[in-house]
Amino acid sequence: MFKMTPNIVKNAVSKYATRLYPVEVREPFERVRGNLDIDIEKCIFCKKCSIKCPSGCITVDKDARKWEVDPYACVYCGICVDVCPTDCLFMHPEYRKPAPVKEPKTAVQPEK
Amino acid sequence: MSTVIPFGPQHPVLPEPLHLKLTVKDEIVTEALPTIGYVHRGLEWLAQKKDFHQMVQVVERVCGICSCIHAATYCQGIEEMMDIEVPRRAEFLRVIWSEMHRIHSHMLWLGLMADSFGLESLFMQCWKVREQVMDVMEATAGNRVIISVNQVGGVRRDLSDAQLSWIKDVLNNLEKEFLALKSTFGDDYTVRKRTVGVGMLKKSSAYDLGAAGPVLRGSGIAQDMRMTGYGAYKHLDFEPVVEDGCDSWSRTMVRFREVLQSIDLVRQAISRLPEGELTARVKGKPEGEVIVRTEQPRGEVMYYIKASGNKFLDRCRIRTPTFANVPPLLEMLPGADLANVPVIALSIDPCISCTER
Repeated sequence: MFKMTPNIVKNAVSKYATRLYPVEVREPFERVRGNLDIDIEKCIFCKKCSIKCPSGCITVDKDARKWEVDPYACVYCGICVDVCPTDCLFMHPEYRKPAPVKEPKTAVQPEK
Repeated sequence: MSTVIPFGPQHPVLPEPLHLKLTVKDEIVTEALPTIGYVHRGLEWLAQKKDFHQMVQVVERVCGICSCIHAATYCQGIEEMMDIEVPRRAEFLRVIWSEMHRIHSHMLWLGLMADSFGLESLFMQCWKVREQVMDVMEATAGNRVIISVNQVGGVRRDLSDAQLSWIKDVLNNLEKEFLALKSTFGDDYTVRKRTVGVGMLKKSSAYDLGAAGPVLRGSGIAQDMRMTGYGAYKHLDFEPVVEDGCDSWSRTMVRFREVLQSIDLVRQAISRLPEGELTARVKGKPEGEVIVRTEQPRGEVMYYIKASGNKFLDRCRIRTPTFANVPPLLEMLPGADLANVPVIALSIDPCISCTER
């Protein structure tokens, strides 16, 4: 306790060690896997992401031209991004915002 | 007259649910019986449902704090079984991230230990210093705790020269701030009063009961699985950290010095990092049996993997260090003051999710 006292006093008078979130938000690091997204125009519906996903959170429907991810089952490992042959999947560095209702993220490719 | 007092599964000092049934007589513990089974998730069973590549992500989730080392151990086992030679750069990168995990795990534990003997400021100070390592992991691997950098055959991410020099700068700063806490943990009157001579585990008992990791080294036995030279550890210079006190203070100091050792190991690995590929080609399916042993922050972890040539494994058995450290805990508790039970229980660094998988 006595050895710690100077440190306690220093911490009491110095500025906060934490940020006043959400007023002050730090820029995310470049490599952060915060949120999975798709550029649906480039998707060829090969289902590789869905097969390789360890948590099975991606569903691909070739007939309906629909790609869907359950962001609450996703473990943000980024394997789908690595295996995608057309590089249409990518990770945003911003973390997913809290939501009142759990909804899957869906992308439908328009008819060409 | 004896009274039975339940300690846990919900207790302010316990990060995870461990239940101890304590028989006390006049505030002195005479007997302790442990119960686990509150957070069993059946991860080993998933080996029959997920293919052996996907199992990397499953074993990472056995324990949050040492996730990288779990995945590295599993990959090492599969690689041994399939005769894959991992590129040297990948081995070094695994060491860098593994040691980073050890640093953050020990700092987390030192904070919790400070909390267990009631020094909240020290707890917050430890976690404040720890945040720097978490930032390094988030910036280099993409996540703070479960970093998913390992894959069978190598690693998934590389570190650029700019990142390596940034890591060195961060570690220099972290070492400076961390060393400022040494006098508090080592010499402070209050801290010594709460830890010296508390939770005694004799050298012979530690050996007989099969203690692992810092609990064993805190009792004066120099055993560290990294000394066997798996991965890139054979190219690095270090000695196991040993303390002879056999008490909670010794275990604290072992972990404190291991943080400094890990910082040194990361520096060595960065300076000797070879150029080259990140992954080796993985062909075929695993077949056979293998046992891998590596050193985790809490001690030795053992993986037994059995496969019969298809994409699912037959068995993936994991023996985690906390499981080995529960019998020594039961040896430490009889004769202890009831007020010292939180300190003693925490001194083995219990990770119950690991133990139950």
